[in-house]
Amino acid sequence: MTNHAVSTRIPLDEYAALLGEGEIEVLRALAKPLRGRRVEMINSTAVGGGVAEILTRLLPLADELELDIRWDVMTGGEDFFEVTKSFHNALHGAPYHATARDFEIYLAYNERNISRLPLDSEFVVIHDPQPAALIEARQRNHNYWAWRCHIDLSHPNQAVWDFLAPFVAKYDGSMFSSPEFARQLPIPQYLFYPAIDPLSDKNRELSADFIDGVLERYKIDPQRPILTQISRFDRLKDPVGVIRAYRIVKRYFDCQLVLAGGGAPDDPEGAIVLKEVLREAESDSDIKVLDLPPFAPLEVNALQRASTIVIQKSLREGFGLTVSEALWKKKPVVASAVGGIPSQVIHKQTGLLAHSVEGAAYQIRFLLSHPDIAAKLGEAGHQHVKENFLITQKLKRYLTMFLAFSNSK
Amino acid sequence: MDQATTPFEFYAVSYLTRIGNQSAETIAELLQGLEQCSDASIFHHTFQTLGAHHFLTENLSSDVAQWAMADANRNDLAELLASLDIRDYVSIAALRQDLCRIVGDFCAASPELAGQTALERFYFCEGVEVTVPLGQQATTLDEFRDGIEVLSHAGFYFHFISSRLRSQLQTNDFSYWLAGALDLKTLADSVNRIDIYTNTLEGTRARILRLIDRERRKP
Repeated sequence: MTNHAVSTRIPLDEYAALLGEGEIEVLRALAKPLRGRRVEMINSTAVGGGVAEILTRLLPLADELELDIRWDVMTGGEDFFEVTKSFHNALHGAPYHATARDFEIYLAYNERNISRLPLDSEFVVIHDPQPAALIEARQRNHNYWAWRCHIDLSHPNQAVWDFLAPFVAKYDGSMFSSPEFARQLPIPQYLFYPAIDPLSDKNRELSADFIDGVLERYKIDPQRPILTQISRFDRLKDPVGVIRAYRIVKRYFDCQLVLAGGGAPDDPEGAIVLKEVLREAESDSDIKVLDLPPFAPLEVNALQRASTIVIQKSLREGFGLTVSEALWKKKPVVASAVGGIPSQVIHKQTGLLAHSVEGAAYQIRFLLSHPDIAAKLGEAGHQHVKENFLITQKLKRYLTMFLAFSNSK
Repeated sequence: MDQATTPFEFYAVSYLTRIGNQSAETIAELLQGLEQCSDASIFHHTFQTLGAHHFLTENLSSDVAQWAMADANRNDLAELLASLDIRDYVSIAALRQDLCRIVGDFCAASPELAGQTALERFYFCEGVEVTVPLGQQATTLDEFRDGIEVLSHAGFYFHFISSRLRSQLQTNDFSYWLAGALDLKTLADSVNRIDIYTNTLEGTRARILRLIDRERRKP
């Protein structure tokens, strides 16, 4: 199945208990014409971040449906990941002056990876900008290539996008997490939501004892309201803004704030942001800043389940899978109306949206004052995730796209 | 138990959402988009939306109505758009005509409001449909009931709601087969009368199963 370690296989039948047998039968029916056909997924990191997490869960399911699927991770030096991190932030709209040297580094590592990766499967799916130039290896009419963009391209740095767009235009299709992110491209652009796995350690049911143990370990009081934001220490997630919103709420409610996240190997900026957050949180013992390892699913699960309200106050967001994770656990969510978040949080139906520190603080206070409404939002949010943002839905979209590609010629 | 000579074939359906190049920032631009967008786009923002949010009964009867309410802040327009019952339509052209008429009337009556910028843009998308046989057929009412009971939400919606567009008839696949293949016209009519706007999709499925069970109990 793969070159890369994937998680313990969970049979599709186990999902039937959560989703209904009918949903699983659809997957089997869609996969039938694709049995034995080869698929290659390529991204830039094996651990940490949403893409690696999705692929870890997706591959075993596709394998069970008898697709011949593999996952390859492109390799790169520190210089490459510094450049691509800058590209990432610039494509999100952050200021950045790209140099010719940056583009040379990017192209050099893509060329090196062309010579070491197979790239000859019938369906090749490239994730994010880092490996986008691998399309140069494509042999005409040999196979189908799709580019999956997980980031918000609504206000990209023009120089970086102008550099990447000619590569993207060579694909058979592209996939974005929100219509807002799509660009004017000569190829089809599809809406592809990221997804969570309801049976993974991060999302499965946990015992009360385990959750209590995690709270005790991090000295979090289960008797008082817990506000939580789970995300990398990244300026675009606005952890300092979350602390400021919490300080407003704290005037009215004796609550605690948990900011928990971990770094990823392709994110050298994380340590700097973590220091900024610790500085902002200093002297308030009710703010718990938890620097978790890149892979700490059970701790994250426990923290989300123990939360009274889950916050995702991003300034920019590709999608924000932590929102779906919280909604799946029936948690009321207060989140920024950016990127893919409004797809998950339908305002006043499956959660509450905010546009500022003050707005987030107000919505949190509202939910702490109205636990009945909070519970109703959490319940509807759970249904919304079940229909749209689970790994089985993601797999269905891939199968559908492969079939649509096949039917097009 | 009567056996049909023509079996009912259950299908699996899946949709890709293709993002279009059109978007609207004002109600006037929305009208322009509705006039120019593809049939697949009209289908996506009406029929498909209702299916995708089947668990909410108080919201989201169509993307256009939801946008008019939440982003353009025009409850009056939203109410009119939401009142369109997609079961009344057997062609996308007719549905597009009524959407355009409602939005056009609003623009004509309130041109200054029609030009105001909404909170978020409306993005025109299209549904790319892929269907494959589930490998399950029914020739009796018992088999038919079993099939409906385990049908996916999308498959149920495909056979019960969007089938009208395929058949160009004011009915659905289930009623069409019940009346035509099993000669159960009363049951077929009862199934066709279920109000999908005030029921969740699961609630609708449960009602159909109850109607079938009642029919099976008849001597």
